[in-house]
Amino acid sequence: MRKLAALVFVVFVAFLFVTVHEMRDFGEPPSDMDDYIIENAQNETGANNAVTSVVFDYRGFDTLGEATVLFTAVAGVMALFRRRDSHD
Amino acid sequence: MIYNIPYIAVIALIAIGLFAIMFKRNLIKIAIGLTIVEAGVNLFLITLGYRQDGVAPIYTNLPEGISIPGGMVLPVPQALTLTSIVIGVAILALILSLVIKIYRHYGTLDATRIRRLKE
Amino acid sequence: MTERHEQPGLSPIVQTIAALIFPFILIFSFYVIMHGHLTPGGGFQGGAIGASAIVMLIVAYGASRAEKHASESVLSMLESLGGLTFVVVGLLGLILVTDTLLANFLADTSYIFGELPSFGGNPGILNSGGTLPILNLAVGMKVIGGLAAVVLAMAMASSDKEAEGDQ
Repeated sequence: MRKLAALVFVVFVAFLFVTVHEMRDFGEPPSDMDDYIIENAQNETGANNAVTSVVFDYRGFDTLGEATVLFTAVAGVMALFRRRDSHD
Repeated sequence: MIYNIPYIAVIALIAIGLFAIMFKRNLIKIAIGLTIVEAGVNLFLITLGYRQDGVAPIYTNLPEGISIPGGMVLPVPQALTLTSIVIGVAILALILSLVIKIYRHYGTLDATRIRRLKE
Repeated sequence: MTERHEQPGLSPIVQTIAALIFPFILIFSFYVIMHGHLTPGGGFQGGAIGASAIVMLIVAYGASRAEKHASESVLSMLESLGGLTFVVVGLLGLILVTDTLLANFLADTSYIFGELPSFGGNPGILNSGGTLPILNLAVGMKVIGGLAAVVLAMAMASSDKEAEGDQ
């Protein structure tokens, strides 16, 4: 069983190396959407920070989902560590 | 291939983390391996959006002579990485609290000896 | 007469220094949260700094002494208030603009956060940004309350007796 796991691990790392060899060059990404966001972020949102305007205005729904994940994790931890004697 | 060094670093991190998840028996070491895989994936997301000789996409006190859409790095991968880091923290909190409850019930942290259901 | 296996914190030098620099770390975290639309930072980064200030107090004074000042119910209420503010601002954007959730309905108006900066490099205006500073504050409260409550629950659970078992 451990031989099979070692073989799968080596095949997966070799597949990662082949993928890196075929990738695009580092430092020249395609950027049509990001050029529009950098040019028009000050007019439409009024913020100097393009990253904050992407996080809260252009993609605010993803931030709402992330707030839900954080709330669920904290509720799960508090539910696991509840004590029985100090609640009324 | 010599210019894709950040991607080689991503492969190294993912390989080390995957080795710790698959071949180690201590529960804390498995949790650490999961965090290392998470760090490798975040590094991959950030280095996808790098532009050669670029500055941060912030207009406050911008230095002179930077062309506006062509001299800044891309802001969208940075926003996705922020979300991914926070989700990694939430997952680590839940995993560690489960490990505390398992240790209190079974008395051991060995993953090959936690196989019985609750008797 | 139960015996608690609890270490009562660190030495008096560490306790004094932790009590002295705690308000400065809180002020720095509020600065990073409120200037999120001008400098690098924002809700999540400032919230992590504020949560680490409360964790410093838990480490220096022990879990049961720190729980008297920052109890779990206060932190849980802070987190729920932050989440509720986020959802209410999003629904206000849906009602007032009638098109999209979380729309920026304060961006170009004459209300509280409504100025526009000039194009290109400039020293920033704090009064700009629309709904972005309000959302930054909501997310900052949520992260501070959430992370501090998790660390407090784990510290109190690992200092009780071992023979409690699970419920």
